[in-house]
Amino acid sequence: MQPSPAQTPPRANLTGWLYVSPLVLVLVPFFVAPILVVLAASFFTTDGFGGLTPDFTLASYVDVLHSALTLKLYLATIKFTVLTWVFTLIIGFFVAYFLVFHVRNQLLAIGLFLLCTVPFWTSNIIRMISWIPLLGKEGLINQALLGTGVIRQPLEVLLFSDLAVVIAYVHQLTIFMIVPIFNSMARIDKKLIEAAIDAGASRFDIMRLVVVPMSKSGIALGTIFVVSIVMGDFFVVKVMSGGGSASVVSAFYEDVGVLQYPTAAASAVLLTLVLVAIVSLILRTVDIRQEITR
Amino acid sequence: MSAVAADMPETVAPATTKAIAPSKGGRPWTFYVLATLFGLYVIALYGPMFCIYVLSFQDIRGGLVFPMKGHSLHWFVDLFTQVRTGDVKGSFDRSIKLAVIVTVITVVVSFLAGLGFRKRFRGDTFVFYMMIGSLVAPGLVLGLGTGLLFQALGLNASWYTSALGAQLSWTLPFGVLVMFAVMSRFNHVWEEAAYDLGASRWQSIWLVMIPVLAPGLVAVALFGFTLSYDEFARSLQTAGSLNTLPLEIWSMTLNVTSPSLYALGTVTTIVSFVVIGASLGSIVLIQKKRGSSAKG
Repeated sequence: MQPSPAQTPPRANLTGWLYVSPLVLVLVPFFVAPILVVLAASFFTTDGFGGLTPDFTLASYVDVLHSALTLKLYLATIKFTVLTWVFTLIIGFFVAYFLVFHVRNQLLAIGLFLLCTVPFWTSNIIRMISWIPLLGKEGLINQALLGTGVIRQPLEVLLFSDLAVVIAYVHQLTIFMIVPIFNSMARIDKKLIEAAIDAGASRFDIMRLVVVPMSKSGIALGTIFVVSIVMGDFFVVKVMSGGGSASVVSAFYEDVGVLQYPTAAASAVLLTLVLVAIVSLILRTVDIRQEITR
Repeated sequence: MSAVAADMPETVAPATTKAIAPSKGGRPWTFYVLATLFGLYVIALYGPMFCIYVLSFQDIRGGLVFPMKGHSLHWFVDLFTQVRTGDVKGSFDRSIKLAVIVTVITVVVSFLAGLGFRKRFRGDTFVFYMMIGSLVAPGLVLGLGTGLLFQALGLNASWYTSALGAQLSWTLPFGVLVMFAVMSRFNHVWEEAAYDLGASRWQSIWLVMIPVLAPGLVAVALFGFTLSYDEFARSLQTAGSLNTLPLEIWSMTLNVTSPSLYALGTVTTIVSFVVIGASLGSIVLIQKKRGSSAKG
């Protein structure tokens, strides 16, 4: 048991702060200050040419909250987030499970794990574009389906659609689930599972009562990565939907493009609040720090 | 357990590895289902990428989709010579330099923060949540905030000031979280042994912790490098007048519709492989060195 902060001697507090001070020195000017600037800008008025007048008005918030578009954007964003989360979680969980519990040779497991991480080292945008030769109107999938006579007209829904957006997200983000879940599963003592088998647990029981609870921190961490990336993203939606769909951040991007800083800032503040709520809900269920440093 | 173990020759599988597969050494049906799933995942992961690598080697008549038209290095030459594709070479240089700076800072700061977070101290939760906030804040929003902040302070945004800071606000939380996982495997007994032998705090860090944690530090470095090399949203409003590579790629996707784009994909992949190869090589080297010094 570590002592609670109240009991720690002042010296420990000082050394603790000394160690984290470089981190704080970066985060204050490049995270706290920019967020405060955006918060301030959301109350300002603009001349429409990018000039901001220090003012205090809630007009931007009223605009954003009254717009029917806002609700539509949030619904679209939440739809993409939930779909991506479900697919990345299912694939990520079972890939990690397979690597940890089914691959008997440890070296092979590490090799296969690296195999999953390699595409992660290339540009996101390039990886997204790489779906064009496959999903496009004249792409491989359509060519194959036409060739075998399954369809007569090329399927248009494959590219520049919501389907393409979700495919691109899952392609890019499953790794963010695999890595933390793999990490927490790898630390499950195999003897626990033997004990469960000895006690008569079925395969399903082991999954439900041992593996899932003990991978909780990995699942939570992966969920935070995936949810915050999808909700904060705009270029996948923009490119893969061909402009047909929009998300909260892509609308924000359009606002910035036409120099409507206050409205952009107001919607950014709202989105950040939503994200904070989601993440703190996750952190409330799972104490990531406790589990990681365990 | 003993009944199962009696059926199996001890040499075939050690007790720990057959935990999930108690049925007489054979693979359970779930193995085949999951192996298929894994195979499909890997195919879906690599398939599209291979398509663009192959398509980037077309000749001048080449298009964005199959079938492939001839083969040449035309689009690679085009990428680095043509003006209309933009300043690929310059942005590439800047991205590499920026990624190296980000990597060094990320490793040092994450390591120190990792040390700090090992013990509780007053306000640690506050710093932790600030870090998580920095991780989950939408990149474009933070980028805009940083851009506006620089504007308000009368500073010029550039890739080595504002973009560097904006990228650190994203790589540091990742680095510290990886550091947590790395440190959780560090046995405190080694550190105490060092103190018992009269080591100062500095000596125990430099002579015990860093060598033991070296592979983990390389992992943090890899994270830092690739996150920076690929960072887009946070750099968009903060890079100033000179683009980094992802920004260049982004503007290419809006203007260029030729296999040049695919050629760029192939080039960036090769660079990544060189970086990973070098990092893995250094991990192996570190462990070999440690192994030999332990024996000697």
